[in-house]
Amino acid sequence: MKWERVHKMYEELISNLELPEKIKEDMSKSFEIYKPTKSQAKKIIDRIVNTYKKMLYEPGEAIGVIAAQSISEPATQMTMRTYHVAGAAAKQVSLGLPRLIEIVDARREPTTPMMEIYMKKEFNTKEDAAKVAKKIKETKLKNIVLEDVIDLVNSEVELKIDINYLNNLDMNMESLKKTLKKYIKNYDITTEDTTVKITSKKETTIRELQKLKLKIFDISLRGIRGITQTIVTKKGNEWMIITLGSNIKKVLGIKELDPTRIYSNNISEVEKLFGIEAARNVIISESSKTLADQGLDVDPRHLILVGDTMTMDGTIKAIGRYGVSGEKRSVLARANFETTVKHLTDAAVEGEVDRLDSIIENVLINQVAPIGTAMCDLVFKPKTSKEK
Amino acid sequence: MASVFLNWAFIGEVKNPRSFVEDLRNKRRNGLIPYEVNVYYDDFTDEVIINTDNGRIRRPLIVVKNGKPKLTKKHIRDLQSGKIKFEDLIENGIIEYLDTDEEENSYIALWPEEVTKEHTHMEINPLDIFGLSSSLIPYGEYDRGDRVNFGAKMIGQSLGYYLSNFLIRTDTKSNILLYPQVPLTTTQTFDVFNLDKHPAGQNVVIALLSYGGYNMEDAIILNKGSIERGFGRSFFFRTYQTEETRYGGGQVDEIEIPDKDVRGYRSEKAYSNLNEDGIISIETPVSGGDVLVGKTSPLRFLGRDEFLTGIQNRRETSLVVRHGEVGVVDKVLLSETQNGDKLVKVSVRDLRIPELGDKFASRHGQKGVVGLILPEEDMPFTEDGIVPDIIMNPHSIPSRLTVGQLLEILGGKVAALRGRKNDGSMFNCEKENDLRKELQKLGFRSDGKEVLYNGITGEKMEVEIFIGMIYYQKLEHMVANKIHARSRGPVALLTKQPTEGRANEGGLRLGEMEKDCLIAHGAPLLLKERFSSDEVEIPICKKCGVVAVYDWRKNKYHCPICGKGNNIEKVKMSYAFNLMLNELKSLLIFPKIILEDGE
Ligand SMILES: [Zn+2]
Repeated sequence: MKWERVHKMYEELISNLELPEKIKEDMSKSFEIYKPTKSQAKKIIDRIVNTYKKMLYEPGEAIGVIAAQSISEPATQMTMRTYHVAGAAAKQVSLGLPRLIEIVDARREPTTPMMEIYMKKEFNTKEDAAKVAKKIKETKLKNIVLEDVIDLVNSEVELKIDINYLNNLDMNMESLKKTLKKYIKNYDITTEDTTVKITSKKETTIRELQKLKLKIFDISLRGIRGITQTIVTKKGNEWMIITLGSNIKKVLGIKELDPTRIYSNNISEVEKLFGIEAARNVIISESSKTLADQGLDVDPRHLILVGDTMTMDGTIKAIGRYGVSGEKRSVLARANFETTVKHLTDAAVEGEVDRLDSIIENVLINQVAPIGTAMCDLVFKPKTSKEK
Repeated sequence: MASVFLNWAFIGEVKNPRSFVEDLRNKRRNGLIPYEVNVYYDDFTDEVIINTDNGRIRRPLIVVKNGKPKLTKKHIRDLQSGKIKFEDLIENGIIEYLDTDEEENSYIALWPEEVTKEHTHMEINPLDIFGLSSSLIPYGEYDRGDRVNFGAKMIGQSLGYYLSNFLIRTDTKSNILLYPQVPLTTTQTFDVFNLDKHPAGQNVVIALLSYGGYNMEDAIILNKGSIERGFGRSFFFRTYQTEETRYGGGQVDEIEIPDKDVRGYRSEKAYSNLNEDGIISIETPVSGGDVLVGKTSPLRFLGRDEFLTGIQNRRETSLVVRHGEVGVVDKVLLSETQNGDKLVKVSVRDLRIPELGDKFASRHGQKGVVGLILPEEDMPFTEDGIVPDIIMNPHSIPSRLTVGQLLEILGGKVAALRGRKNDGSMFNCEKENDLRKELQKLGFRSDGKEVLYNGITGEKMEVEIFIGMIYYQKLEHMVANKIHARSRGPVALLTKQPTEGRANEGGLRLGEMEKDCLIAHGAPLLLKERFSSDEVEIPICKKCGVVAVYDWRKNKYHCPICGKGNNIEKVKMSYAFNLMLNELKSLLIFPKIILEDGE
């Protein structure tokens, strides 16, 4: 058949190219859609190869400095705009520069951890999504307490419960009592109408009661620990849940949810659960999202470089004193950055040798830094007159 | 129970804070307690705060009682006829001073018409809510708030006639505008502060027009004819001073023409302007580095040679004109210091004619530098032959919303045509409609626009141009004070790097971020060249890695450790790095330099 021959022709043209597999795949896919002739295909391939080569970094190009400049220049404009986002009540997310700093500092816990959860195909309805959202949202006891009184005379804590709220959680006073019993021992719990009384079996101090109050306030009645808010929205024609607070491990076990597409912005949590590669992807997507939200256009390759640098040795390292910069090989480079005295004295004690093979050190001693045009060396060794 | 604090010290508690505070205030108004006392009740923290200390900002307000201001027409009439004084009003509790704390408890009306039962006070004049400089801005209520702030700041930087005795004053730095004018559009503040005696600007004809691109980005085009007629000319005075200090051991400074054997002797020519007493005469033109007062001082340290021979034991410490400045000696003042030492002050005057880059501003926060000085014949002109003094770019207006400036131009035009000043006091100004009507009566378009002709081609411009009168200020930032360049020059003693700053003839720093740019461009050789200002050649012993010593007598290097001189290699490095190595050594850290064999 003719089509098969054309197909084979495309295969032959593409397969021997020195291009990444992804680009080759994309090429053959679009060839099959647009069906160019052989000469047309050759021209297209030529241009793609040329463009690809042009896009490659040349040896000795200062990609780190360029990435730093490309991210930090727009970031300076961001500072002023950050605090002007007001009134967005539904989503209270840390944005802009604070979030970007949070990412590159490799903060253990983000200020606003969030998850994006998608429904499985068979549960892709608003009702199901709302049901799950309600189920996973954590309700603590303090959310349903209307009034609390500490009674020192009877050494008891009296709580007035919002009964409607309680019923809304498919609970009643009996089940509340049961839940409380699980968490606190050595106390008598009595319920009447809408109040709960927790009485100490022995005499206590007011301090003790205050502590008890705080403890029972923190009791989780329902939902997944850490998830303080849920929002059900539609993305395309799919229902999804956005949560404030992140707990991937627990969410994975819910049968209505698609476990393959859970997204969290908590980098260290993702690293612990899915490994360093996943964490790298989160770093890249989070930083590019933060910049895009502010209307800033930064080439993704700079952010990919940041992600690679932060994760290259298998753990997440911060950009800065306690991370990448603090682990540089050169004493002078480290001393030049921050905490000069510490690095110099440590180096003196250990008798460190600085090979002077990076940039900052060479700027410091005013030698040619090995970057850009200074990356080439003369390989050719002319013969001496004797050898001739 | 509310706590009561007197000058931030707890003094007790009261049961009914509100009535307590009210009682205190009534007593103050009746003159039973001093009127400097201010009381404030904070209902959030439930505290009564009484302030009687000094250093508080307070302002006068008319007391309102039961929805009626206490100040009546009769009071004003009596004030005008001199029957009563302002102080009487304060004593009788008609006007009182509030501090920032008590202001929090008050509800202040701007106008008599809007006073209600809830009001506690009324402004004497709504202009009072502004400070001195901001209340000088005409039609300021039509400007955006930030522009009023900028405008007020720039009024503070404007050159004017700040004091009439400037000819005998010896301020270290001062500026005097040569032909200051009273603005056509004033505010009430001008009269209150006698500013017609101390104006700080000039009235100019302004056209809002883009003319050849020389006034883009806030630049302005100046009429050369206007400058020649005296617009924006100013004097810059700088006073230099020196004294004959007496030191311990009977040594003294001496003001004289230095002898040739004095250390640091300049040249005979340098002292040629000085009189016999070592001081320059007035009206002598001078420039940077010229000697104003010749002076010699004793040496700081006497070495063995100086002690024995006795020659060259004084150093040159003459008073010289600052680097980069020019002028004419204006006055010389001889006096004594508190210790009875001879004191000489020399004032140098420089005429500053507006030039490219000088900064001018209107009173509405619209500043700009001179972008072009155009000959009068090339300036656009109106039908009547009026030529603007300043051409400002209309693009400065929409984004900054300085509507007040447009009104000032319109009002200034009316004022100039009718021969009477125009009142632009905020909230009390002549209204736009009245100005328009009057302008029309005077035979102009009511919107202030006129047909303009291009001064270069003579063509009629396609649109009418807004043209009028405005008060313009010359600001103290003049290029003559800032222009600076250097090729070679002095270096700092410690680092051997170029000095910093214009006054020291310093270099322009290629900083951290500029360095990053050169790296990002992959140009390390250029970078090395840029940073070579302190390059030195240091001899290093290849074996021991230490800096070698130069033996002056043998004209040879040798290593201080192994003592040999056969392994010495000269290495080029920045002096700053060498300095760092020395500092490390002084901290008992021993840095070694390992040299690689070069092919
Ligand atoms: Zn040696």
